[in-house]
Amino acid sequence: MKKSKKNGADGKLTKTLLQLRVNGETKEVATEINKTLLEVLREDMGLTGTKHGCELGECGTCAVLVNDAPVLSCLMLGVEAENAEIVTVEGMMQNGKPHPLQKTFADLGAAQCGYCIPGILLTAKALLDANPHPTRDEIRQALSGNLCRCTGYTKILQAVELAAKEEAS
Amino acid sequence: MKKKTFSVIGKPLRKIDAMAKCAGETVFADDLNLPRMTYAKLLRSPHPHARVLAVHTDRALQLEGVYAVITGKDLPEKFGIMPSTQDEETLVTDKARYAGDPVAAVAAASESLAEKALGFIDVEYAVLKPILTIEEALASTEESERIHTWNRQANIQKAVSFEFGDVDGGFARSDHVFEGTFFYQGNTHLPMEQYCAVGFYGPDDKLTVWSSTQTPHYLHRALAKVLKLPASRIRVVATPVGGGFGGKSDPFSHEIAVAKLSMITRRPVKITLTREESFYVHRGRHPVKMFAKTGVKSDGTIQAMQFKTYLDGGGYSSYGLATVYYTGALQTVTYKVPAYKFESVRVFTNKPACGPKRGHGTPQPRFAQEIQLDEIAEKLGINPIDLRLRQLVEPNTTTINGLRVSTTGLRECIERVAERAEWNKKFRQLPFGHGVGFAASSYISGAGLPIYWNDMPHSGVQIKLDRSGGVTVFCGSIDIGQGSDSILAYAVAEEFGIDPADIRVLTADTDLTPVDLGSYSSRVTVMTGNAAVQACGKLKPMLLEAASKALEVPPDDLEFADGKIRSASFPERGISFADAVTKAEGKYGTLGATGSYWPPKNPRDFKGSGVGPTPSYSFSTSIVELHCDSATGEIKIDKVWIAHDCGRAFNPLLVEGQTEGSVYMALGEALMEEQIFRKNGLHKIPSILEYKSPTTLEIPEIETILVETNDPEGPYGAKEAGQGPLLPVVPAVANAVYDAVGVRIHEVPITPDKILRAMDGRLKAITIPEFQFPAPLKWQPGEGVKVEQKS
Repeated sequence: MKKSKKNGADGKLTKTLLQLRVNGETKEVATEINKTLLEVLREDMGLTGTKHGCELGECGTCAVLVNDAPVLSCLMLGVEAENAEIVTVEGMMQNGKPHPLQKTFADLGAAQCGYCIPGILLTAKALLDANPHPTRDEIRQALSGNLCRCTGYTKILQAVELAAKEEAS
Repeated sequence: MKKKTFSVIGKPLRKIDAMAKCAGETVFADDLNLPRMTYAKLLRSPHPHARVLAVHTDRALQLEGVYAVITGKDLPEKFGIMPSTQDEETLVTDKARYAGDPVAAVAAASESLAEKALGFIDVEYAVLKPILTIEEALASTEESERIHTWNRQANIQKAVSFEFGDVDGGFARSDHVFEGTFFYQGNTHLPMEQYCAVGFYGPDDKLTVWSSTQTPHYLHRALAKVLKLPASRIRVVATPVGGGFGGKSDPFSHEIAVAKLSMITRRPVKITLTREESFYVHRGRHPVKMFAKTGVKSDGTIQAMQFKTYLDGGGYSSYGLATVYYTGALQTVTYKVPAYKFESVRVFTNKPACGPKRGHGTPQPRFAQEIQLDEIAEKLGINPIDLRLRQLVEPNTTTINGLRVSTTGLRECIERVAERAEWNKKFRQLPFGHGVGFAASSYISGAGLPIYWNDMPHSGVQIKLDRSGGVTVFCGSIDIGQGSDSILAYAVAEEFGIDPADIRVLTADTDLTPVDLGSYSSRVTVMTGNAAVQACGKLKPMLLEAASKALEVPPDDLEFADGKIRSASFPERGISFADAVTKAEGKYGTLGATGSYWPPKNPRDFKGSGVGPTPSYSFSTSIVELHCDSATGEIKIDKVWIAHDCGRAFNPLLVEGQTEGSVYMALGEALMEEQIFRKNGLHKIPSILEYKSPTTLEIPEIETILVETNDPEGPYGAKEAGQGPLLPVVPAVANAVYDAVGVRIHEVPITPDKILRAMDGRLKAITIPEFQFPAPLKWQPGEGVKVEQKS
């Protein structure tokens, strides 16, 4: 945090300059200190790949990775994310190549409307990074905080399993 | 030129936008950011029923950064999806009809400022007694108790009554007559994307509204009406819908409000509703009380059937006029019903308006019907599957209420689901606490009639071919996740023998695309698919003629395949599709064509007959296996088998996805989801945490069986897939609960407390309200009075 002035002369919240490390790049962003990480990503950094479904920590839609762990970006302030490695869905493709999960989700039709998918992909990525060969129950457990209303989760669970399998081979 | 096999249709291809969705690149409404963007919020009534005496906006307008505040006076014109029941206002002028009814709207420099400004608007309310139940609504006959004044009878929006065939004779002929009462609780769509719209009234006096809507065409009409602008000055762009399920099919206050606010501020205005507000916008499943009566011979064959349905409509009409009819229209399509009586009433209550949710008005009576058939089979000692197999509706027949059934794969759906689930080994043979249940259903592949009466096609497609070989498909349809954009690409790719990935699809933009009525009633694949094939058919002769000349092969020996137009006899003789386009453009000029689709004419001729007909009916069957802890009443679904007659699977991956999603949504409705209210009329659980829906931990294994029937009306034989498979699952759960623990639960959601009460004999039967239905309209196929179809 570069500045921490709380209020300007007119009583309005002035902006603070944050250094955030998102998708491997360090960016400076001027933002209000009361903004959630979700708002900073979407509104101040233009990273609209991260979606929101409730902004109350109830649906999992806004999940991003903070130091490799899935975090609901609607429940974390932007200022809390300084000095952390943040990964959003925009950071999943590497050198134009989709992440194995992105490929299997696309191949199996696991994204219907696609609105919950960024949060689910990142949560699944965190799972596979920590546990490359999860059982179906472990996948269910890991994704149990991410709601999807379209798919019935069936193709999502299959796509995570397929990505794990394809990575192994 | 004959085509024996398909190159695209029936293949498990990726959707054309699959990777954009997985990369987070799909631009949903709330992802739009325009220069000088302004943010709107709606002030909502905290009272379920209150007269609005005055709205004072001065204090809010004085806040720095507040650009405009509007009230009902600024937009007095009423609107509503059904032309004959337009009873909604953008912002209420006289009174609030549910807690959450919008009263004023603010545009401000930021969302938080807009929210703050709401606190500076002063509303004077005169609180009225809320009417919260079907019984209260039916009993409130006084003028002073009216929620609306336009309807004939206090708090009754619509009451209908029909008699098809000899109902009295049918019951008299029956060896057994079964009666039962049922209640299907209301529930909501809960799409993960909240409602969002952006309006911009530009310097050239043209309005653009971007919205997460399933029906851009109907929104276009509503905007023109309420804003009193020529429709030609309005452009509606439906952004990719982040989940709809019927909930984004009405024109909404927030969509009109941002347009009006932009007309005042001359800035783009965005509104994104909170999750809590999404529960108030609602338009979800109607709570329905039902009386079902079935007369059967000793062998279980149905002689007559009667249904009475009582719909709790909430504060406005929405689609309710259609919903009323849908609670009775399709009971005759699955089994042979020689005589049928149907009565229905929809009442107004001071709760968020109900509307269409996946299955629109048909899951409720299907729940009652399939449980009652299970009870009949039990009583007569017949296996419930055999009971149904004895009396399936035959292909190419007309039902007693005049609905024309073309193909049906119901028999195969029943047999295959029974075989896969090992029904005969399990039914009534599993240990106590474990059970299986079966049910079947039918659904429409698109409504046979448009929402407003007109002669125009239901779907239009335009195709542009350009000299690069590029193909662009324009269509008013909107992809709500079901893959309707991909369907267009698949159809055109199949016709032209090219790769779907080489086709650009531009949809849901009223400036650029021909009208498609919208993503509702499971209509899109059948209707846009047919229109796309027709448009291709107009272009193909030109391409063939050009290729024929270049190749010196007669046109009737040419085929579209592998990205080429080539000789069928000598496949090595061919030119690329792009070359053929170039040559055809040289000969004929700029290449483009349109295609249209009209559903078959309504086979019926009475008032209200517009609900029920469709190009084709889909059929579904389900077996649910579950276990129930008799100590806690908790249900765990072990597995669901679902068979669905989808005509032909355009893309089996997408059909499976629709089927699995339907099963999921059905399980939510069967076991936990409910839109419920406190005694003071406030929503009891307007949050995702409290409104329980199934997660990855609750969803069982789902085995999907696709039964293909190749319907003559569908493009390549396709029927619907998006809604029908929800229908059999809910009653199959109830029937499985009976098989497991021996109690009949006649209501959803089937919660643990209901099971425990039922096991103790303490679950009360559903009571049916007192109501005198109108005298029935009697009709038989081929007879009846001519009634002009009105909108």
